[in-house]
Amino acid sequence: MEQTKNITDKDIQSLVGNLLRAGVYLSMAIVVLGGIIYLLDHSAEKIDYAVFDFNKVSLKTVEAIFSEVLTFKGAAVVQFGLLMLIFTPIARVLMAVISFFVEKDYLYVLIGLIVLSIIMVSLSGGFAH
Amino acid sequence: MSVLVFTLIVLVGAFLAGFLGSLTGLGGGVIIIPLLTLGLGVDIHYAIGASIISVIATSTGSAAAYVKEGLTNMRIGMFLEIATTVGAILGAVIAVYLNAGYVAVIFGCILIFSSLMTLKKKVDHSTLEYTSKGARFFKLNGSYPVKGVETPYAVKNVAGGFFMMLFAGTLSGLLGIGSGALKVIAMDNIMRLPFKVSTTTSNFMMGVTAAASAVVYLHRGQIDPGIAMPVCIGVLIGATVGAKVLVRAKTDKLKIVFAVVVTILAVQMIYKGLSGGF
Repeated sequence: MEQTKNITDKDIQSLVGNLLRAGVYLSMAIVVLGGIIYLLDHSAEKIDYAVFDFNKVSLKTVEAIFSEVLTFKGAAVVQFGLLMLIFTPIARVLMAVISFFVEKDYLYVLIGLIVLSIIMVSLSGGFAH
Repeated sequence: MSVLVFTLIVLVGAFLAGFLGSLTGLGGGVIIIPLLTLGLGVDIHYAIGASIISVIATSTGSAAAYVKEGLTNMRIGMFLEIATTVGAILGAVIAVYLNAGYVAVIFGCILIFSSLMTLKKKVDHSTLEYTSKGARFFKLNGSYPVKGVETPYAVKNVAGGFFMMLFAGTLSGLLGIGSGALKVIAMDNIMRLPFKVSTTTSNFMMGVTAAASAVVYLHRGQIDPGIAMPVCIGVLIGATVGAKVLVRAKTDKLKIVFAVVVTILAVQMIYKGLSGGF
């Protein structure tokens, strides 16, 4: 019994480690790509970051970023990459929930689902205003 | 300043922040925020948004390596993430209503505290007294490899650790930093974990915590692609190089020099915050 449990734990940890690394590399590659497009289009413009303006950044929601990314504008591609980066640790929680489920550790399935639902409520914009 | 010049300066600055943050154990976020605000005149709201993104990138990147080594206690991480994510969202929401000057003052204080913590010699408080009912109920007691031998450890004061994590999460969300120093206090001093386990588990949780507050910042328009892009690229590359150098370098003197520099920055943040400069 104990032996099989150890093996599952190790397998899960290795899988989680790979997922995290792949997520970071992929999202950073997208950010770099978006950054290059952004610089090609805007490099000569003047920056304006001295005063925070709520309306300055237009890509503020998951829906907006997903619908704009295919225009291949630099800012949209960067935001898409950043969103992927934000999703990476969230996907990690989801994977952990699944692996706890496989291990029949239902207490930790519940704990993981609580963490996920906290983030999901936040993702739906519930706390932003 | 043109977009190109700004991007290049931030890239270099973020690289240095990531590099020094990883060498000293302070983290990149606490350095990039003073650089952006004091150095380049960027509004602190944008600086915090960009910083929290870099926290996700660096902590997730290094967590990948730690998880594989079997040092991370996934159950402790998961359990305490309830506290840190609730705290992170709370902090990010408080930041909306709090005057930017106060945010800068709190930031300066945490900066001084964190840099002092990097100077303190780490003491292993781990224990084998399996007395905590909470630890047994939540199955938090574990084991980790020490020179190839699985060594068990017991976890204490689960409630105390949980509340300290709530506080650490709130500061993380409020200031856009990883607040690693506070997390280590919760796990080392309160819950009595061996510090290899606490460092890696806290790193593992940092990404999820930062993601929770990043989402709030995204909706608030604080994550500007023009700033977040060079910040996260620079910090991640800097931290990766730093981690490679760290294996070979003696960092004691560097830590002292760095603590002094960081304290000067912190005092400037506090002064500017109090005098209404933000």
